Amino acid sequence: MINIVFFAALREQLDCASLTLESNDLATVADIIKQLSARSEQWQQTLNNASLLSAVNHDMVDQSHPVKAGDEVAFFPPVTGG
Amino acid sequence: MTSEISIQQHDFSLADEVALLEQDNATDGAVVTFTGRVRNNNNETEVSTLTLEHYPGMTEKSLAKIITTAKERWNIGRVKVIHRIGALQVGEQIVFVGVTSKHRKDAFAANEFIMDYLKVQAPFWKKEQSDKGEQWLDAKDSDETKAQQWS
Repeated sequence: MINIVFFAALREQLDCASLTLESNDLATVADIIKQLSARSEQWQQTLNNASLLSAVNHDMVDQSHPVKAGDEVAFFPPVTGG
Repeated sequence: MTSEISIQQHDFSLADEVALLEQDNATDGAVVTFTGRVRNNNNETEVSTLTLEHYPGMTEKSLAKIITTAKERWNIGRVKVIHRIGALQVGEQIVFVGVTSKHRKDAFAANEFIMDYLKVQAPFWKKEQSDKGEQWLDAKDSDETKAQQWS
């Protein structure tokens, strides 16, 4: 299983803070986006926003980054702290 | 020594933080601190409250990486980064960065570097409550440009 978490505006747009996916057919972050995008128009739009950021196990990565069972994958908008 | 990173709801005291940076530290002649506060106006909007959300775990990891990079790049002594989360009113303190070094140049540069990278890499998000309702703030291109100047 891969644990997926969403933050800030993304979490509100998707009305979802976290979910889990079977890791079998998922090799990269992009594969996760593709699978989740099939859920609805809302998911498709939100996850294919050009400014979407992703992290695997708390490190910011690009969408070609590999994923495996046990990973935590996060999706969120550009950060605005400080 | 106390932890270099604190993510907390409660306020902090500049005087207490400076005292900790200076305590039993006779080698560093420079102490540079930055404090960020909630402004009352953002893009012509009257702000009443900011709510800060973060990604627990990743926040600490990303700040630790930024601090490590700063220590590799400059000759600095102690570092402290505090970032508040939760609901904050206008005028309240949001963020603190303190750096010590033997001479001022390293502490000045490292402090600015840490703030610039915190702005674009640490997973915090601000939601603004104002006279126009509630909205998540957009990231600024100028922050990205500022961080890139260090590379």
